[in-house]
Amino acid sequence: MRTYEIEEYKVFNSGHQACPGCGEALAIRFIVNTLGPNTVGVVPPSCIAIISGPQPYSSMRIPIYQTTLEASAASAAGIKRALSARGKEDVTVIAMAGDGGTYDIGFQALSSAAERNEDIIYFCLDNEGYMNTGAQKSSSTPHYAYTSSTPGGKPTRKKNLTEIMAAHQIPYVATATVGFPDDLVNKVQKAKQIKGTKVITVLTPCLDGWGIADNAAVKISRLAVQTGIFPLYEVENGDRYTINHGSQGLPVTAYLSQQRRYRHLTQEQIDHIQADVDYQWQLFLRKSKVNSFG
Amino acid sequence: MSNPTKMLLTGNHAVSYGVMLARPKVIPVYPITPQTPILEKLSELQVLGELDADIMTPESEHSAMAACITASLSGVRVFTASASQGLMLMHEMLHYASGARAPIVMANVNRTIGSPWGFWPDQTDSLAQRDTGWIQYYTESSQESLDTVIQAFKTAEQVSLPAMVIHEAFYVSHSLEPVEIPSQALVDQYLPPFQPEHMLDPSRGESWGNVVNQDMYYRHRQGLGEAMDKVPEASILADREWQTLTGRGYGIIEEYRCEGAELVIVTMGSMAGTARETVDNMRKSGLSIGLVKVKLFRPFPVETLRLALVGIPKAIVLDRNFSPGVGGILHQELKAALYGMAAAPEIYGYLAGVGGLNVSPAKIEEFVCMALKEEKPSINSIWVR
Repeated sequence: MRTYEIEEYKVFNSGHQACPGCGEALAIRFIVNTLGPNTVGVVPPSCIAIISGPQPYSSMRIPIYQTTLEASAASAAGIKRALSARGKEDVTVIAMAGDGGTYDIGFQALSSAAERNEDIIYFCLDNEGYMNTGAQKSSSTPHYAYTSSTPGGKPTRKKNLTEIMAAHQIPYVATATVGFPDDLVNKVQKAKQIKGTKVITVLTPCLDGWGIADNAAVKISRLAVQTGIFPLYEVENGDRYTINHGSQGLPVTAYLSQQRRYRHLTQEQIDHIQADVDYQWQLFLRKSKVNSFG
Repeated sequence: MSNPTKMLLTGNHAVSYGVMLARPKVIPVYPITPQTPILEKLSELQVLGELDADIMTPESEHSAMAACITASLSGVRVFTASASQGLMLMHEMLHYASGARAPIVMANVNRTIGSPWGFWPDQTDSLAQRDTGWIQYYTESSQESLDTVIQAFKTAEQVSLPAMVIHEAFYVSHSLEPVEIPSQALVDQYLPPFQPEHMLDPSRGESWGNVVNQDMYYRHRQGLGEAMDKVPEASILADREWQTLTGRGYGIIEEYRCEGAELVIVTMGSMAGTARETVDNMRKSGLSIGLVKVKLFRPFPVETLRLALVGIPKAIVLDRNFSPGVGGILHQELKAALYGMAAAPEIYGYLAGVGGLNVSPAKIEEFVCMALKEEKPSINSIWVR
């Protein structure tokens, strides 16, 4: 077994209100403890807001501003611009929003912030649904997954946020997950050094929303990568692809079978997911190869 | 101190010059007719090097206001401008701004709200925001808009509340008038640099917006109310100081020829200018008519209006706005303000100029005569044209 040596600032503290074993709390820890104390964070209503609050308490030793669900990117940009106007260019301003607040209602503000190349790091802590309100479907929810608003399984595929953000040709877009903490930390450190808009989507398994064991978040997030369902990669300036961790040839059933939200799947649906993952992986390899010649 | 300059300016460009003199540092703003000339002039002044501000152009008014709030909370003076649909889209963030006690100043150019689509002067857009916790000033001329923008920063920052300076589409926004632009030195003397008590800054470690319990929410709303209660006096003082420096003052309401009046016209915005002419004409023919212009609408200056209207037999309210199910919004507010007061006037509510319909001095004279003839007013607002 590998052990990790990760240096952490003590920004995120114990005693917060996440469920024990929460994937998202782990992601927050690696993000803010890597960035350090010269940081301001924006969070929309979400589990992230629950974990960072409530007033007058805070789980983080940095200023946190809670905005509305659709406004994270715009709110973060406002802070960065004001601090810059005050000569405080060195402060890192981040947003940490869920997939509902990013793929859905917050997408317009995010796209605009990216177009303006606002100097912020935007983290989407992606648990593939509105988990804070009891697991409803978002546009990040995968094909066929059960949520309380798709009790028969979601009829359409997951939106590809990373590709959409890469198409904005911003300096840095990446995926990460809590099962690969060294990779996540590297990406946070890298993003901190880059000026302009950085978007990192972190897959953060939700124990209750996905129906997994209390100690399974890390394992499941690793399986998401190893089955090729959620490859870890970076796209710089819209066209330079780097694959960090991808499919290790494990069948998707290794990932799906561990989760209550996929319990109802038929063999045909599983086959379809497998075919989709295989196809996407081939497409992905081709894309990264083409660009390696570019 | 250097001398003021005189220019021929539209109401919108007058706002832009007022903003430039107030030295905001961040201006998140989204274009919309008939506000756009404010944004364009600010952008031009910035390129010319006369305005030292970061102009941010987000994809929507919602994001513009979201950025205004955080920029303000991060310690800089902030301005934005909007109108109509844009203001409607901001609605959620307007509440958020006052809740965050962010002293943003916004110019709103009154325009009809769809559907159906229109571009006409109608105050329903800003009046529909009356419960959002923003100070609201209604102005009637280019000069008043310029002066009020600068005054608004002063009052807003004193009480930590956002403020709207509101003038109507075209009648004010696009009409050219001679405007005196005060010197930068004068404005710097009047408006000190923005130094808020609280700030989002890693060196301060303060946060804002996370979940509170019922008791904290209750106390927060109370605090917001107490700040609002300070606005009339703060506005009067800000206006007096401005008058001392420039010779121009407006008050939170204006009483025009109300002495011994048997009827007083009560209105806001550009219609006040028209009504002033009606008053002059009718006074000339021996009728004792007066005018009360309501400049400060939020907080509603109840005490001041009571003092102005006590003992006056009749008042007519001219509303260029409409709240379905209630009628004219100023009519409704004035009735509530005077309720239970001894020697209160009978109040006649007229929906005049809704949708931007032109209301001439002669028309207002007709409305006055109508009210003088009727013994008792209707309890509801009446559609007139």
